[in-house]
Amino acid sequence: MTDTTITLSAADFEKVDSDVSVQLLSRPSLSYWQDAWIRLKKNTRAILSLYIVIFLAIFTLLGPSIWRVDPSLQDLNQISQAPSFAKGATLVGQYKRWNGIIVDNFPAEPDEYYETVQPVTGLKTYEKATTQQVRLIWDPVTGAGGYNIYRNQRVPEDFNDLGLPLGSTYGANEVSYEDRLSLESRPYFYSIVPTDGFDEYEVYTMLSITPRMTITVTEASDRGLIPSDDLTQIGHKINLEFHPFGTDYLGRDMLARLMEGARVSLFIGIVAPFIYVVIGVIYGGTAGYFGGYIDAFLMRFADFVVALPFLLFMILFKIAFGIGPGESGIFPMLLALILLAWPGTARLVRGQVLRIREQGYIEAAQLLGAKPTYLLLRHIIPNTMGVILVTLTFAVPSAIFTEAFLSFIGMGVAPPTPSWGSMCNDGVKTMLSHPHELIFPAVFISVTVLAFNLLGDGLTEALDSRMRSKE
Amino acid sequence: MLLYTVKRLLAGVITVWFIATATFIAMHMVPGDPLMNDKAVSAEIRKNLEQKYGLDKPVTEQYFIFLGNMLKGDFGISFTQQNRRVNDIIRDHFPVSATLGLLAIFFAATGGILWGALTAIYRNRAPDIIIMFLVILGISVPSFVFAALGQLLLVNINSMLGQSVIPVAGWGTIWHMLMPSLVLGLGTMALLTRLMRSSMLEVVNEDYIRTARAKGLSPTRIFFRHQLRNAILPVLTILGPQIAAITTGGFVVELVFAIPGLGRYFVQAVQQLDYTVIMGTTVFYGAFLVLMVILVDILYGFVDPRVRLN
Repeated sequence: MTDTTITLSAADFEKVDSDVSVQLLSRPSLSYWQDAWIRLKKNTRAILSLYIVIFLAIFTLLGPSIWRVDPSLQDLNQISQAPSFAKGATLVGQYKRWNGIIVDNFPAEPDEYYETVQPVTGLKTYEKATTQQVRLIWDPVTGAGGYNIYRNQRVPEDFNDLGLPLGSTYGANEVSYEDRLSLESRPYFYSIVPTDGFDEYEVYTMLSITPRMTITVTEASDRGLIPSDDLTQIGHKINLEFHPFGTDYLGRDMLARLMEGARVSLFIGIVAPFIYVVIGVIYGGTAGYFGGYIDAFLMRFADFVVALPFLLFMILFKIAFGIGPGESGIFPMLLALILLAWPGTARLVRGQVLRIREQGYIEAAQLLGAKPTYLLLRHIIPNTMGVILVTLTFAVPSAIFTEAFLSFIGMGVAPPTPSWGSMCNDGVKTMLSHPHELIFPAVFISVTVLAFNLLGDGLTEALDSRMRSKE
Repeated sequence: MLLYTVKRLLAGVITVWFIATATFIAMHMVPGDPLMNDKAVSAEIRKNLEQKYGLDKPVTEQYFIFLGNMLKGDFGISFTQQNRRVNDIIRDHFPVSATLGLLAIFFAATGGILWGALTAIYRNRAPDIIIMFLVILGISVPSFVFAALGQLLLVNINSMLGQSVIPVAGWGTIWHMLMPSLVLGLGTMALLTRLMRSSMLEVVNEDYIRTARAKGLSPTRIFFRHQLRNAILPVLTILGPQIAAITTGGFVVELVFAIPGLGRYFVQAVQQLDYTVIMGTTVFYGAFLVLMVILVDILYGFVDPRVRLN
């Protein structure tokens, strides 16, 4: 080592001009959430899902005040109506009794037994067929002892395919029949089969009729379609109630029911996850923060709750909390869901807290004298928020599924309260003839679940700090 | 490995005890009592009935009797079906549900692994996009809609062929089982496909794959021996909880397809408030699920040597 003498002058202690430009960031600093939002915005699917969720919120909250139709009001003229434009109907007067036609100069019973008889001739409507009544008349047949009347909704293929047996007349001279059985404005195929009074002869005559849509003046004014039940309006055409999504099997408006059902389904689907995620965060946070015996004990209990067969216990708890008469059963379901679903979040949050607790910045904060509450509020909880938000987004579709599933097997929301699940349950029974009653609620469930799932995927990616924007 | 198994089994026994206790508490919270839904009976008959079912004893004693009987494997007598033992009900109906569930798991696992591997190979190309679209559909559409659609499909197939080739509902032959188990497994299949895809994509960048390639192994051998085998592991872990989801999720499929399984029986018992059947079925299902999860975990140890070492 050689001694070197350093001579310092006063100039050496002058402040050096720092090059400010080096320290200036080229872009504004972004917080974690701002950055996540920027990445979420780039994800088209997630943003599309976000729009769907916003639309659903509007549909549920504002829908019923725009579409002011009572979801429990029955429209008996339009039962299981497929989605269509408003239907017109002609106003008619009160129903008048019809005594039918009995031919006087024809024997009621044949004098001898006939092996075969001729099919009925002259089958026609007595007056114009309407949805109020269809009145059929025909010519008497020699040898017959009566007639059976059938109605089919398609062209009968043969004698065994005549459709619904409507009724019988007894006596060959009783040659009229009045059908008032839930008529719709659609083609019907009426068939008349002569009988010997008991057994049928294997011949039939078929007539195709499409009844005209009509409504009585009294009914129309009762339903508020016309201002008064003034009988001079008979013959006028009016528009029946408009059902853009059709009606269900009791004639209730599907759109109004979907909105009402959305309130139930989304209420359970959003409120329940929100509550149980909060419970899970507190529980898991406590376990993770304190660690040791407290952690072991709390998590052991959570493991037990996880082991309970979920759906069985949903049903058990739901009946245990009881539904009184006239109650919808939404709150028992909410309670059951919260009681069973919290451990998932608790486990996740505990894991996160355990991980964060070991991080260097926590140690640094502790060295600087940070108190536990400060650590928890300033460092640990904000850092788990991302995971919690993602859990919440994925919890919504699973809660909606659970509600729909329970309502579908008849263990969920009690009728008359509609929910998407119970509407599916109703719709499945008429699936073959009126598919729209199943399709609409099923599509609503699927789209909602899909939107929340995609949003959850997008959030997972956006909130993952490993994927922070590198540009 | 043996110690691990014993430990898991012991924990399992405690879990089943917890399930039984929770069931007992839940059932005793149900408003009214088990004899209420019967016709009005005189005080004397009621007393006799309470004696028969042991309802006259204090709740704590009932609880210990319930636990004791359960240890002996006796779940008691049904309340609504005179003198039918709950054990018999489980013995008659559980095999049906189990067959359905196993077949569904089989469909879900093979389908999920196959589709997942396929999507990973054809990443971002047509097969991947199509399959992943179907997967999203499979996750978002509730199982009862699939059940309804499946039934509709069978009806259409049968009416197109002019004869009943595949039965639309009921139980008995292998043809009865196909559609319900496929429908039941669909949701899980979608989930497994997704998992398998990400797992495959993770494995493909591993060093050992590169090494295998460098050694000049054929692509098929790399695919089956190195990639698939390692990618399957995370899929296996989720299989345990999924068995639980499938066996209890069988309710809907059993209802829609009119299958005489335990799930349908449970729903019926709940509707009739048949206390012993509800308690017996729940505890039985709970024990079954706990056992299944343990079994899958132990199997996992055999497949993955890393777990064995720990």
